[in-house]
Amino acid sequence: MEKTWNNKAWFLVLPVLVLVAFSAVIPLMTVVNYSVQDTFGNNVFFWAGTEWFEELLSSSRFWEAMVRNLIFSFIILTIQVPLGIFIALNMPKKGWGVPVCLVLMALPLLIPWNVVGTIWQVFGRNDIGLLGYYVNALGIDFNYVQDPFDAWVTIIIMDVWHWTSLVVLLCYAGLVSIPDAFYQAAKIDGASRWAVFRYIQLPKMQRVLLIAVLLRFMDSFMIYTEPFVVTGGGPGNSTTFLSIDLVKTALGQFDLGPAAAMSLVYFLIILLLSWVFYTVMTNYDAER
Amino acid sequence: MNFDLSWMAWTWPTAAFFATILLLLCGMAVWEYASPGGNPRVGILRFETTRGDRLFLSLLGSAFIHLAWLGLVGPSLWWALALSVVYAIGVFRYV
Repeated sequence: MEKTWNNKAWFLVLPVLVLVAFSAVIPLMTVVNYSVQDTFGNNVFFWAGTEWFEELLSSSRFWEAMVRNLIFSFIILTIQVPLGIFIALNMPKKGWGVPVCLVLMALPLLIPWNVVGTIWQVFGRNDIGLLGYYVNALGIDFNYVQDPFDAWVTIIIMDVWHWTSLVVLLCYAGLVSIPDAFYQAAKIDGASRWAVFRYIQLPKMQRVLLIAVLLRFMDSFMIYTEPFVVTGGGPGNSTTFLSIDLVKTALGQFDLGPAAAMSLVYFLIILLLSWVFYTVMTNYDAER
Repeated sequence: MNFDLSWMAWTWPTAAFFATILLLLCGMAVWEYASPGGNPRVGILRFETTRGDRLFLSLLGSAFIHLAWLGLVGPSLWWALALSVVYAIGVFRYV
């Protein structure tokens, strides 16, 4: 048996493993332990077996929140990825416009999530908010506090405003790394604008797009702060996503067992969907 | 130094579960030492998978098999466990 590489380099990864163990693995183990028990506090636990999982899987509240979350993530990806590519394609590649655009794009990403929620909560109000007031002035009945559709529109626009920049910056990084020789060759061949995009720019952006889609999916599927601040999950339960439902169960009701079971199912779904995204996109890349 | 882990609310079944996962990972490490390279191959999913990928798919699939069993059949999970073992063997053989 011939050893082809030096595995000692793996020891350099040890500090990261220790860090991940403390920040992720140990809490995850605790959640697994909680998910099969019940507690009334004071660190006293009672064995519950699979009861919380059975309760969760037959709960319409859970499935409704899940469907809402999936629809939200789908809408977010459908809007943000094409919009991000479009903006990145139209950003200047040289000159003074580059730093200006980059700073403008980075600004929404620098604002804390709860502040973004507060901004849009005020912005969307139909009495004092700029958006809500003028939309109503145009004759459109807009009230995100009472109308579920308006609440969804507000949250989606808010998320697009907050996170499209991330897709833009990633795509832009992919675009500026394309050597000029590719464009020159395309010009010599008389390639159309679409052909340049389809056969040069898009393939070169593939890897960063994979990261963008994964990040945006996971983030939108776990969204909590912004909708919680803007709508609090309402009107009714119309914007109650899984994370909001989870916090209500864990902290509002102090049902740690059911909340732990919900966390695990939530975690498994994110793991599965992220794996599917990753596999599909990396294998598409490999096939090329 | 006193390591009080009571806040983690350990139980014997969950400890056995994590010990099994740890043993599986150790087993994979030994397998990798004995036969390095991860044995990459293209199976029925028509993309390349390594041993690690196949273990990941087995564990993730087993978790969903158990959840589906709980939701659709009932709380006795022995048949779900047996089904998961069959599924894992299938994954390691054909994926």
